[in-house]
Amino acid sequence: MQITYRDKKLEVKPGSTARDALKKLSIDPESVLIVVNGKLVTDDAILREQDEVKLVAVVSGG
Amino acid sequence: MRCRKCDERAVINMRHHKLALCAEHYGEWFIAQTERAIEKYKMFSRDERILVAVSGGKDSLSLWDVLLRLGYQADGLYIGLGINDPEPYSDLSLEKTRQFVAHGEWRVANRADNDSAPLAPRPSPILHVVDIPATYGKSIPEISRAKARGQGKPCSACGLTKRYVMNRLALEKGYTVLATGHNLDDEVAVLFQNTLRWQTGYLARQAPVLPASREGLTRKVKPLCRFYERETAAYALARGIDYIYAECPHAVGNLTNFYKTLLNQLETESPGSKLAFYLEFLRARGQGVFDKYNRADELHACETCGQPTSAPGRCAFCRMWDVSAIVR
Repeated sequence: MQITYRDKKLEVKPGSTARDALKKLSIDPESVLIVVNGKLVTDDAILREQDEVKLVAVVSGG
Repeated sequence: MRCRKCDERAVINMRHHKLALCAEHYGEWFIAQTERAIEKYKMFSRDERILVAVSGGKDSLSLWDVLLRLGYQADGLYIGLGINDPEPYSDLSLEKTRQFVAHGEWRVANRADNDSAPLAPRPSPILHVVDIPATYGKSIPEISRAKARGQGKPCSACGLTKRYVMNRLALEKGYTVLATGHNLDDEVAVLFQNTLRWQTGYLARQAPVLPASREGLTRKVKPLCRFYERETAAYALARGIDYIYAECPHAVGNLTNFYKTLLNQLETESPGSKLAFYLEFLRARGQGVFDKYNRADELHACETCGQPTSAPGRCAFCRMWDVSAIVR
Protein backbone atom coordinates (compact mmCIF):
# COMPACT_ATOMS: atom_id res chain seq x y z
CA MET A 1 0.00 0.00 0.00
CA GLN A 2 1.05 3.60 -0.51
CA ILE A 3 1.57 6.57 1.78
CA THR A 4 1.70 10.12 0.42
CA TYR A 5 4.40 12.33 1.89
CA ARG A 6 5.59 15.63 0.39
CA ASP A 7 4.19 14.77 -3.06
CA LYS A 8 5.93 11.38 -3.00
CA LYS A 9 4.32 7.95 -2.86
CA LEU A 10 5.99 5.59 -0.40
CA GLU A 11 5.37 1.83 -0.21
CA VAL A 12 4.57 0.16 3.11
CA LYS A 13 3.18 -3.20 4.11
CA PRO A 14 -0.54 -3.17 4.97
CA GLY A 15 -1.49 -4.40 8.44
CA SER A 16 1.28 -2.54 10.24
CA THR A 17 0.75 0.38 12.56
CA ALA A 18 1.47 3.93 11.40
CA ARG A 19 4.26 4.05 14.00
CA ASP A 20 5.98 1.02 12.43
CA ALA A 21 5.49 2.45 8.96
CA LEU A 22 7.17 5.72 9.97
CA LYS A 23 10.06 3.79 11.50
CA LYS A 24 10.48 1.75 8.36
CA LEU A 25 10.47 4.91 6.24
CA SER A 26 12.92 6.65 8.64
CA ILE A 27 10.50 9.51 9.23
CA ASP A 28 10.65 11.19 12.63
CA PRO A 29 7.16 10.89 14.19
CA GLU A 30 7.57 14.35 15.75
CA SER A 31 7.81 15.90 12.28
CA VAL A 32 4.50 14.66 10.82
CA LEU A 33 0.82 14.15 11.46
CA ILE A 34 -0.94 11.07 10.10
CA VAL A 35 -4.16 11.46 8.14
CA VAL A 36 -6.07 8.29 7.19
CA ASN A 37 -9.07 8.63 4.89
CA GLY A 38 -9.17 12.37 5.62
CA LYS A 39 -9.07 11.95 9.41
CA LEU A 40 -6.29 12.70 11.83
CA VAL A 41 -5.17 9.56 13.69
CA THR A 42 -2.60 8.61 16.34
CA ASP A 43 0.39 6.47 15.43
CA ASP A 44 -1.09 3.24 16.81
CA ALA A 45 -3.63 3.20 13.94
CA ILE A 46 -3.40 0.07 11.78
CA LEU A 47 -2.99 0.86 8.10
CA ARG A 48 -5.13 -1.22 5.75
CA GLU A 49 -4.73 -1.88 2.04
CA GLN A 50 -7.68 0.28 1.02
CA ASP A 51 -6.79 3.23 3.29
CA GLU A 52 -5.77 6.56 1.82
CA VAL A 53 -2.83 7.58 4.02
CA LYS A 54 -1.19 10.96 3.99
CA LEU A 55 1.63 12.29 6.15
CA VAL A 56 1.41 16.02 6.78
CA ALA A 57 4.80 17.61 7.41
CA VAL A 58 4.58 20.03 10.31
CA VAL A 59 8.03 21.61 10.35
CA SER A 60 8.26 25.04 8.78
CA GLY A 61 10.85 27.70 9.25
CA GLY A 62 9.89 30.88 7.47
CA MET B 1 -5.80 5.05 21.37
CA ARG B 2 -8.79 6.62 23.07
CA CYS B 3 -9.48 10.16 24.22
CA ARG B 4 -8.67 10.77 27.91
CA LYS B 5 -11.99 12.60 28.34
CA CYS B 6 -14.39 10.38 26.39
CA ASP B 7 -14.32 7.09 24.54
CA GLU B 8 -13.88 8.54 21.08
CA ARG B 9 -10.83 7.73 19.04
CA ALA B 10 -7.95 10.12 19.80
CA VAL B 11 -6.59 12.32 17.01
CA ILE B 12 -3.43 13.33 18.86
CA ASN B 13 -1.21 11.86 21.53
CA MET B 14 0.94 14.45 23.30
CA ARG B 15 3.57 12.34 25.01
CA HIS B 16 5.11 15.32 26.82
CA HIS B 17 1.75 15.93 28.51
CA LYS B 18 0.81 12.22 28.71
CA LEU B 19 -2.45 13.26 27.08
CA ALA B 20 -4.41 11.84 24.13
CA LEU B 21 -7.57 13.63 22.97
CA CYS B 22 -10.31 13.30 20.35
CA ALA B 23 -10.93 16.10 17.84
CA GLU B 24 -13.61 17.79 19.91
CA HIS B 25 -11.74 17.73 23.20
CA TYR B 26 -8.47 18.65 21.52
CA GLY B 27 -10.07 21.80 20.09
CA GLU B 28 -11.40 22.73 23.52
CA TRP B 29 -8.05 21.99 25.20
CA PHE B 30 -6.11 24.04 22.63
CA ILE B 31 -8.36 27.07 23.10
CA ALA B 32 -8.24 26.82 26.91
CA GLN B 33 -4.44 26.52 26.87
CA THR B 34 -4.14 29.57 24.61
CA GLU B 35 -6.31 31.59 26.95
CA ARG B 36 -4.19 30.44 29.88
CA ALA B 37 -1.02 31.64 28.14
CA ILE B 38 -2.63 35.00 27.33
CA GLU B 39 -3.51 35.45 31.01
CA LYS B 40 -0.30 33.98 32.46
CA TYR B 41 1.96 36.28 30.46
CA LYS B 42 -0.48 39.24 30.64
CA MET B 43 -0.50 39.54 26.85
CA PHE B 44 -3.64 41.61 26.37
CA SER B 45 -7.05 42.33 27.81
CA ARG B 46 -10.56 41.88 26.44
CA ASP B 47 -10.95 45.53 25.48
CA GLU B 48 -7.79 45.82 23.41
CA ARG B 49 -7.70 45.74 19.62
CA ILE B 50 -5.36 43.00 18.41
CA LEU B 51 -3.65 42.81 15.06
CA VAL B 52 -2.81 39.23 14.06
CA ALA B 53 0.01 38.77 11.55
CA VAL B 54 -1.35 36.14 9.16
CA SER B 55 0.55 34.28 6.47
CA GLY B 56 -1.99 31.67 5.38
CA GLY B 57 -0.05 29.03 7.31
CA LYS B 58 -1.17 26.69 10.10
CA ASP B 59 0.12 28.75 13.01
CA SER B 60 -1.22 32.19 12.17
CA LEU B 61 -4.63 30.95 10.97
CA SER B 62 -4.99 28.74 14.06
CA LEU B 63 -4.13 31.70 16.26
CA TRP B 64 -6.63 33.94 14.53
CA ASP B 65 -9.31 31.23 14.75
CA VAL B 66 -8.74 30.78 18.50
CA LEU B 67 -8.76 34.53 19.26
CA LEU B 68 -12.01 34.98 17.31
CA ARG B 69 -13.63 32.01 19.07
CA LEU B 70 -12.56 33.49 22.42
CA GLY B 71 -14.31 36.70 21.43
CA TYR B 72 -11.28 38.98 21.13
CA GLN B 73 -11.31 41.94 18.76
CA ALA B 74 -8.73 40.42 16.42
CA ASP B 75 -8.13 41.71 12.91
CA GLY B 76 -5.60 40.31 10.47
CA LEU B 77 -2.64 41.71 8.57
CA TYR B 78 -1.41 39.85 5.49
CA ILE B 79 1.82 41.06 3.89
CA GLY B 80 2.17 40.12 0.22
CA LEU B 81 5.87 39.48 -0.31
CA GLY B 82 5.74 38.78 -4.04
CA ILE B 83 7.31 35.32 -3.69
CA ASN B 84 5.77 33.66 -6.73
CA ASP B 85 8.67 31.93 -8.38
CA PRO B 86 8.88 29.02 -9.08
CA GLU B 87 5.48 28.41 -7.44
CA PRO B 88 2.85 31.10 -6.67
CA TYR B 89 3.55 30.87 -2.93
CA SER B 90 2.44 34.40 -2.02
CA ASP B 91 -0.67 34.32 -4.21
CA LEU B 92 -1.77 30.99 -2.75
CA SER B 93 -1.15 32.05 0.84
CA LEU B 94 -3.29 35.18 0.33
CA GLU B 95 -6.02 33.01 -1.18
CA LYS B 96 -5.99 30.70 1.87
CA THR B 97 -6.18 33.73 4.17
CA ARG B 98 -9.12 35.21 2.29
CA GLN B 99 -10.88 31.82 2.35
CA PHE B 100 -10.42 31.68 6.11
CA VAL B 101 -12.10 35.07 6.53
CA ALA B 102 -14.95 34.22 4.15
CA HIS B 103 -15.68 30.64 5.15
CA GLY B 104 -13.83 29.84 8.41
CA GLU B 105 -15.66 27.83 11.05
CA TRP B 106 -14.83 30.53 13.60
CA ARG B 107 -17.92 32.27 12.19
CA VAL B 108 -20.21 29.86 14.02
CA ALA B 109 -20.90 31.29 17.44
CA ASN B 110 -20.65 28.98 20.44
CA ARG B 111 -23.89 28.08 22.13
CA ALA B 112 -24.84 26.23 25.26
CA ASP B 113 -26.12 22.70 24.58
CA ASN B 114 -29.54 23.46 26.02
CA ASP B 115 -29.91 26.74 24.16
CA SER B 116 -32.03 26.30 21.04
CA ALA B 117 -32.35 29.98 20.16
CA PRO B 118 -30.49 30.84 16.97
CA LEU B 119 -27.33 32.85 17.48
CA ALA B 120 -26.03 35.41 15.06
CA PRO B 121 -22.71 34.44 13.49
CA ARG B 122 -19.69 36.35 14.68
CA PRO B 123 -19.00 39.52 12.70
CA SER B 124 -16.19 39.30 10.15
CA PRO B 125 -12.85 40.71 11.22
CA ILE B 126 -10.94 43.15 9.04
CA LEU B 127 -8.20 41.72 6.85
CA HIS B 128 -5.56 44.36 6.05
CA VAL B 129 -3.47 43.48 3.02
CA VAL B 130 -0.17 45.24 2.28
CA ASP B 131 1.20 44.22 -1.10
CA ILE B 132 4.95 44.90 -1.05
CA PRO B 133 5.62 44.96 -4.83
CA ALA B 134 2.61 47.24 -5.43
CA THR B 135 3.57 49.55 -2.55
CA TYR B 136 7.35 49.68 -2.86
CA GLY B 137 7.98 48.67 -6.47
CA LYS B 138 9.82 45.38 -5.95
CA SER B 139 9.14 41.94 -4.55
CA ILE B 140 11.17 40.68 -1.58
CA PRO B 141 13.45 38.49 -3.76
CA GLU B 142 13.98 41.45 -6.12
CA ILE B 143 14.94 43.95 -3.40
CA SER B 144 17.18 41.34 -1.82
CA ARG B 145 19.03 40.81 -5.09
CA ALA B 146 19.20 44.52 -5.85
CA LYS B 147 20.72 45.30 -2.46
CA ALA B 148 22.88 42.15 -2.27
CA ARG B 149 21.45 41.66 1.19
CA GLY B 150 21.30 38.34 3.02
CA GLN B 151 24.05 36.34 1.24
CA GLY B 152 21.86 35.15 -1.61
CA LYS B 153 18.80 34.51 0.57
CA PRO B 154 15.96 37.02 0.83
CA CYS B 155 15.13 36.08 4.45
CA SER B 156 16.95 39.06 5.97
CA ALA B 157 15.16 41.57 3.68
CA CYS B 158 11.90 39.74 4.33
CA GLY B 159 12.24 39.87 8.12
CA LEU B 160 13.17 43.56 8.12
CA THR B 161 10.26 44.45 5.83
CA LYS B 162 7.69 42.40 7.76
CA ARG B 163 8.74 43.81 11.15
CA TYR B 164 8.54 47.36 9.79
CA VAL B 165 5.18 46.98 8.05
CA MET B 166 3.59 45.17 11.00
CA ASN B 167 4.68 47.79 13.52
CA ARG B 168 3.78 50.71 11.30
CA LEU B 169 0.32 49.45 10.36
CA ALA B 170 -0.51 48.52 13.94
CA LEU B 171 0.33 52.04 15.11
CA GLU B 172 -1.42 53.77 12.22
CA LYS B 173 -4.63 51.77 12.64
CA GLY B 174 -4.74 52.06 16.42
CA TYR B 175 -3.97 48.45 17.42
CA THR B 176 -2.27 48.18 20.80
CA VAL B 177 -1.05 44.62 20.32
CA LEU B 178 0.55 42.69 17.50
CA ALA B 179 0.06 38.90 17.81
CA THR B 180 2.18 36.43 15.86
CA GLY B 181 1.77 32.67 15.46
CA HIS B 182 5.20 31.67 16.80
CA ASN B 183 4.98 28.18 18.29
CA LEU B 184 7.25 26.45 20.80
CA ASP B 185 9.38 24.87 18.06
CA ASP B 186 10.04 28.32 16.59
CA GLU B 187 11.02 29.62 20.03
CA VAL B 188 13.15 26.63 20.90
CA ALA B 189 15.01 26.73 17.57
CA VAL B 190 15.92 30.39 18.22
CA LEU B 191 16.81 29.61 21.82
CA PHE B 192 19.02 26.72 20.71
CA GLN B 193 20.79 28.90 18.14
CA ASN B 194 21.37 31.73 20.61
CA THR B 195 22.56 29.33 23.30
CA LEU B 196 25.02 27.64 20.93
CA ARG B 197 26.55 31.04 20.26
CA TRP B 198 25.93 32.47 23.75
CA GLN B 199 24.16 35.45 22.26
CA THR B 200 23.29 36.80 25.67
CA GLY B 201 21.70 40.00 24.34
CA TYR B 202 19.27 37.99 22.21
CA LEU B 203 18.60 35.56 25.07
CA ALA B 204 17.73 38.51 27.30
CA ARG B 205 15.13 39.72 24.82
CA GLN B 206 13.44 36.40 23.94
CA ALA B 207 10.04 36.28 25.63
CA PRO B 208 6.33 35.56 25.02
CA VAL B 209 5.70 39.31 25.31
CA LEU B 210 7.86 42.13 24.00
CA PRO B 211 6.46 45.20 25.72
CA ALA B 212 5.91 48.48 23.90
CA SER B 213 8.71 49.93 25.95
CA ARG B 214 9.25 52.95 23.69
CA GLU B 215 7.01 55.31 21.86
CA GLY B 216 6.51 54.12 18.29
CA LEU B 217 6.82 50.40 19.11
CA THR B 218 3.80 48.12 19.38
CA ARG B 219 3.61 45.40 22.04
CA LYS B 220 4.30 42.02 20.43
CA VAL B 221 2.87 38.79 21.80
CA LYS B 222 3.12 35.08 20.97
CA PRO B 223 0.01 33.34 22.38
CA LEU B 224 0.94 29.93 20.84
CA CYS B 225 4.47 29.87 22.27
CA ARG B 226 3.77 26.86 24.51
CA PHE B 227 2.40 24.61 21.73
CA TYR B 228 4.54 22.24 19.73
CA GLU B 229 4.42 22.86 15.99
CA ARG B 230 2.75 19.48 15.66
CA GLU B 231 -0.05 20.69 17.93
CA THR B 232 -0.80 23.86 15.97
CA ALA B 233 -0.91 21.79 12.77
CA ALA B 234 -3.21 19.27 14.48
CA TYR B 235 -5.51 22.06 15.63
CA ALA B 236 -5.74 23.41 12.07
CA LEU B 237 -6.47 19.94 10.66
CA ALA B 238 -8.96 19.04 13.39
CA ARG B 239 -10.81 22.33 12.85
CA GLY B 240 -10.80 22.01 9.07
CA ILE B 241 -8.71 25.17 8.60
CA ASP B 242 -7.47 25.09 5.02
CA TYR B 243 -3.92 26.42 5.31
CA ILE B 244 -1.04 26.52 2.86
CA TYR B 245 0.96 23.31 3.28
CA ALA B 246 3.83 24.45 1.10
CA GLU B 247 6.70 26.11 2.83
CA CYS B 248 8.25 29.38 1.64
CA PRO B 249 10.68 28.21 -1.09
CA HIS B 250 13.43 30.33 0.47
CA ALA B 251 13.03 28.70 3.89
CA VAL B 252 13.62 25.16 2.63
CA GLY B 253 16.86 23.81 4.09
CA ASN B 254 17.55 26.85 6.27
CA LEU B 255 19.28 26.75 9.64
CA THR B 256 16.04 27.07 11.62
CA ASN B 257 14.66 23.93 9.98
CA PHE B 258 17.91 22.11 10.63
CA TYR B 259 17.75 22.95 14.34
CA LYS B 260 14.08 21.95 14.45
CA THR B 261 14.94 18.58 12.93
CA LEU B 262 17.68 18.02 15.52
CA LEU B 263 15.38 19.04 18.38
CA ASN B 264 12.63 16.74 17.11
CA GLN B 265 15.07 13.82 17.15
CA LEU B 266 15.82 14.68 20.76
CA GLU B 267 12.10 14.93 21.53
CA THR B 268 11.41 11.52 19.98
CA GLU B 269 14.01 9.90 22.24
CA SER B 270 13.16 11.99 25.29
CA PRO B 271 9.57 13.33 25.26
CA GLY B 272 9.20 16.73 26.88
CA SER B 273 12.76 17.90 26.14
CA LYS B 274 11.69 20.85 23.98
CA LEU B 275 9.05 21.99 26.46
CA ALA B 276 11.45 21.74 29.42
CA PHE B 277 14.21 23.60 27.53
CA TYR B 278 11.86 26.50 26.81
CA LEU B 279 10.02 26.68 30.12
CA GLU B 280 13.22 26.40 32.17
CA PHE B 281 14.73 29.17 30.05
CA LEU B 282 11.70 31.38 30.75
CA ARG B 283 11.99 30.59 34.45
CA ALA B 284 15.69 31.53 34.49
CA ARG B 285 14.92 34.67 32.52
CA GLY B 286 12.14 35.53 34.96
CA GLN B 287 14.62 35.17 37.82
CA GLY B 288 16.79 37.82 36.20
CA VAL B 289 19.60 35.57 34.95
CA PHE B 290 19.86 37.58 31.72
CA ASP B 291 18.90 41.01 33.01
CA LYS B 292 22.39 42.46 32.85
CA TYR B 293 22.53 41.68 29.12
CA ASN B 294 19.29 43.46 28.31
CA ARG B 295 20.65 46.71 26.97
CA ALA B 296 18.09 49.41 26.25
CA ASP B 297 19.49 50.96 23.07
CA GLU B 298 18.76 54.60 22.55
CA LEU B 299 16.18 55.01 19.81
CA HIS B 300 15.79 57.83 17.34
CA ALA B 301 12.98 58.76 14.97
CA CYS B 302 13.83 57.89 11.35
CA GLU B 303 14.27 61.16 9.50
CA THR B 304 12.20 59.82 6.57
CA CYS B 305 9.33 57.82 8.07
CA GLY B 306 9.43 58.66 11.78
CA GLN B 307 9.59 55.02 12.91
CA PRO B 308 12.00 54.19 15.76
CA THR B 309 15.55 53.29 14.72
CA SER B 310 18.70 52.53 16.68
CA ALA B 311 20.96 54.96 14.80
CA PRO B 312 20.30 58.60 13.88
CA GLY B 313 19.32 59.23 10.23
CA ARG B 314 17.25 56.91 8.09
CA CYS B 315 16.08 53.57 9.44
CA ALA B 316 17.24 50.27 7.91
CA PHE B 317 13.91 49.85 6.09
CA CYS B 318 14.06 53.27 4.41
CA ARG B 319 17.69 52.73 3.47
CA MET B 320 17.02 49.32 1.95
CA TRP B 321 13.95 50.42 0.03
CA ASP B 322 15.46 53.83 -0.87
CA VAL B 323 12.42 55.44 0.65
CA SER B 324 12.79 59.19 0.60
CA ALA B 325 9.26 60.51 0.76
CA ILE B 326 6.90 58.25 2.69
CA VAL B 327 3.95 60.24 3.93
CA ARG B 328 4.11 60.21 7.71
